[in-house]
Amino acid sequence: MRWDIVYNNLDYLLWGSYPNGPLGGICASIMLAVLGIFGAFWLGLVFGLMRLSKSRILRGLAMVYVEVIRGTPLLMLIFWFYFLGPVIFDYNLPEFQSALLAFVVFTGAYVAEIVRAGVNALPGGQMEAARGAGLTRFQAMRYVILPQALRNMIPSFVNQFVSLTKDTSLAYIIGVNELTKAATQINNREVVAPAEIFMAIAVLYFIICWALTAFSRRMERHVARYQARGR
Amino acid sequence: MAFIEINGLHKWFGSFHVLRGITEQVERGEVLVICGPSGSGKSTLIRCLNRLEEYQKGTVHFDGQDIHARGLDVNSLRAEIGIVFQQFNLYPHLTVLKNITLAPIKVRGTVRAEAEETALALLERVGIHDQAHKYPAELSGGQQQRVAIARALAMKPKALLFDEPTSALDPEMINEVLNVMKDLARDGMTMLCVTHEMGFAREVADRVIFMDAGEVVEQGPPSEFFTNPKHERTRMFLKEIL
Amino acid sequence: MGYQFDWSLVLTGEYRDWLLDGFYLTLKISAVAGGCAMALGTLVAVLRLSRVKPLMWLSLAFTEFFRNTPLLVQIFFWYFGSEVLLPKSVNEWLYSMDFEFAAGTLALTVYSSAFIAEELRSGVFSIPKNQLEASRATGLSFLQAYRFVILPQAFRIVIPPLISQLLNLLKNSSLVMTIGVMELTYQARQVESFTFHGFESFTVATLMYLAVSLLVSFAITMYNKHFLHHLRY
Ligand SMILES: Nc1ncnc2c1ncn2[C@@H]1O[C@H](COP(=O)(O)OP(=O)(O)OP(=O)(O)O)[C@@H](O)[C@H]1O
Ligand SMILES: [Mg+2]
Repeated sequence: MRWDIVYNNLDYLLWGSYPNGPLGGICASIMLAVLGIFGAFWLGLVFGLMRLSKSRILRGLAMVYVEVIRGTPLLMLIFWFYFLGPVIFDYNLPEFQSALLAFVVFTGAYVAEIVRAGVNALPGGQMEAARGAGLTRFQAMRYVILPQALRNMIPSFVNQFVSLTKDTSLAYIIGVNELTKAATQINNREVVAPAEIFMAIAVLYFIICWALTAFSRRMERHVARYQARGR
Repeated sequence: MAFIEINGLHKWFGSFHVLRGITEQVERGEVLVICGPSGSGKSTLIRCLNRLEEYQKGTVHFDGQDIHARGLDVNSLRAEIGIVFQQFNLYPHLTVLKNITLAPIKVRGTVRAEAEETALALLERVGIHDQAHKYPAELSGGQQQRVAIARALAMKPKALLFDEPTSALDPEMINEVLNVMKDLARDGMTMLCVTHEMGFAREVADRVIFMDAGEVVEQGPPSEFFTNPKHERTRMFLKEIL
Repeated sequence: MGYQFDWSLVLTGEYRDWLLDGFYLTLKISAVAGGCAMALGTLVAVLRLSRVKPLMWLSLAFTEFFRNTPLLVQIFFWYFGSEVLLPKSVNEWLYSMDFEFAAGTLALTVYSSAFIAEELRSGVFSIPKNQLEASRATGLSFLQAYRFVILPQAFRIVIPPLISQLLNLLKNSSLVMTIGVMELTYQARQVESFTFHGFESFTVATLMYLAVSLLVSFAITMYNKHFLHHLRY
C-alpha cells in the first residue's frame, strides 16, 4: 500500500493549490455545501409555504417543482444548468456557480418537503390558539408556527446538509475543483495508488458527514423534549 | 396450597425497590381487586405473575407449580394466565377474528375452524359478534377492550389478570367493559384486577387489597374495606378516589 | 437566441435508439443492483437486530460508513481500486465480462444496501414494544411473536420507504456513467456531444426518469391510502 502518496498530496486534498491558486479540495466541497444549503433553505422555505397556502395555483406550482426535481437525478440537473443554460439563454456561468445553482434548486425541493412536513406535524391546536388570540393567519405562521416548526426541523436540515455534502462530489463531473476532482487528478498522475487515494477521500467525507449526523441525532433528542404535545 | 400463592415477593428495578415482600393467596374462582396510588407497584405485581417481569426474591406458585421452576416453559405458563392491558394492545394488522385465533392456533395447535368457532362464540359473549372481520382501528375503545378480553379468553386460561382495563376508556364505554368482567366473575373465573372502579369492587370482588410503596397495606372483603378501613393511608386514598 | 429545436432528431432514428438503449441499461442495472441490495441490506439489518455484540458493531460500521461517504467516491474506489485489491486472475475474468457494469453494480449495491438496512431496522423498531409484550403474554414464543406479529407489521410499514430507496437507486445509477457504463445519462450526454442538441436529448432523458419516478410515487401513495390506514396503535 502506498499511503505516502496520499500523505504527500494531503494539502492538495484539503485546500487545493490555495494560496497560490484557486481554493480546492475539501474546503471547496464544504464551501459548495454551505452556500448550497443556505440558498436551498430560502428557496425551500418559499416553496414549502406555497404548498401550505390556500391558493390552488401556488400549491400546484410548488407541487410541480417538488415532484419534478425529486423525480430527476441530480446529475441530470447539473447537466441542465451547465450545458443548456448557455445554449438557450445565452448566459455562460462558470462551473462552480452553475453547480451551485443546481445544488440549490435540487436541495430546495427536499427542503420544501421538510418545511411542509414540519408545519403539518405541529398539533393543530397551535394554529387555533394563535388565531383564537386574534393573530392573522400570516402572523400565526410567522410568530407561532414557524419558530416551533423550524426548530423541530433542524435535525432534518442537518441530514439534508449531509446529503448535499456527499452530493457536491458530482460537481467534479463538470470540472469543478473540489475534493473528488483533486483525487482523480492525483490518481491520474500517480496511477499506482487508486484504492488508497479514494479510501482517503472517503474518510475525509465520512468524518464531516458522520460528525454532522451524530450532531443531528443529539439535536433530535433535544428537540423532542420541547415539542408541543396533544392534538 | 392456594391456587395462586405469592410468597415474600421482592423486585428491584436497578436500585429501586418496587415490590417489598408481597405475600398473598388467591383461591380458585376468587376475584381480587388491587388498588393503590400511582407508582405503588400494582402493575409490576400482576406482571410478575405471568413473568412479563422477572422478580429477584420470593416465590410464586400457580396451580401448585412454581412459575420459576427450572425447565418450566414460560410460554405454556402464559397460555394458562390471560392478561388484559390498559392500552388494549390489539394487533393492528390483523382482523378482530385473527387477533383472537392467533395464539390458539399457534400455541395450542387448535385447528383454524375450531378456533374461529370459539372466537365467534366469545365475541358473542362480549357482545360484538358483528365486528369479527373489522380491524382494531375501526372499533371504539370499549369494543377494542372487549376484543382484548375475548383474545385472552380464547386460550381458555385458568386465571385472568387485568391491568386498569378501563382507565383508557371514555366514561360511556367503561360500563360495557365492566359488565363483561362481572359476567366472567359470576361464571367463576379467577381474576386479579388492578382497577379503581370501586363500584365494580363492591359488587363482585371477594377481596380488595390496597398497595402503597410496594407493600400490601390493607386487605379485606369489600364490605369491610370500604366502610371501615383500618389504616390512615387507606382512608386517605379512599377519600381521594370516592 | 440562435437555438433551433429539432425534436425529430432524438425521437427518430439512431439517436432515439441510443436513448432507448440507455434507458434499458438504466433499468437493468437498477434491477440487478436493487435485488442484490435488498438481500445484502436484509442481512445487514438482521445482524443489527441479532443482539450479538460483534455482529451488531459490524453492521453498524457498515451502514454508517457507506451511508456517510459519496456514492461517486465509492464507484471510483471499486472501479479503480479493484485492480490493485483483487488478484490478477479475478481481474482478468472481470475484464472479460462487462467490467464497468460489474463495478457499477457493486458500488450501487453496497451503497443502497446500507440505506435499506437502516429502513428495515427502523421499521422493526417502530413497532411499539407492547405489541411484543402482548403477544408473548398469550404464550407465543419470541420467534412466533416476531414471525406473526412484529414482522408482518414492520413489513407493511417499511414497503413505502423501501420502494423510495429503490427509486433513489434508479436515480443514483446515473453516476455510473462516469466509469463508462452506457446508461441513460451517458447516452443523453453522448447524443448532446454528437448533435449539439442537448436540450432535446436531456429533456427526453429527464422525462424517462421522471415517468418512472412519478409512476412509482403514485403507487406508493395508493399503497399508503389502502393498506396502511389501519396500522394505528
Ligand atoms: N421498566 C421499569 N424500569 C424502571 N422502573 C420502572 C419500570 N416499570 C415501572 N417502574 C417503576 O416502578 C414503580 C411501580 O410501577 P408500576 O407500573 O407497577 O406502578 P402502578 O402501581 O401500576 O402505577 P400506575 O397506577 O401509575 O399504573 C414506578 O415508580 C415506576 O416508575
Ligand atoms: Mg400500572
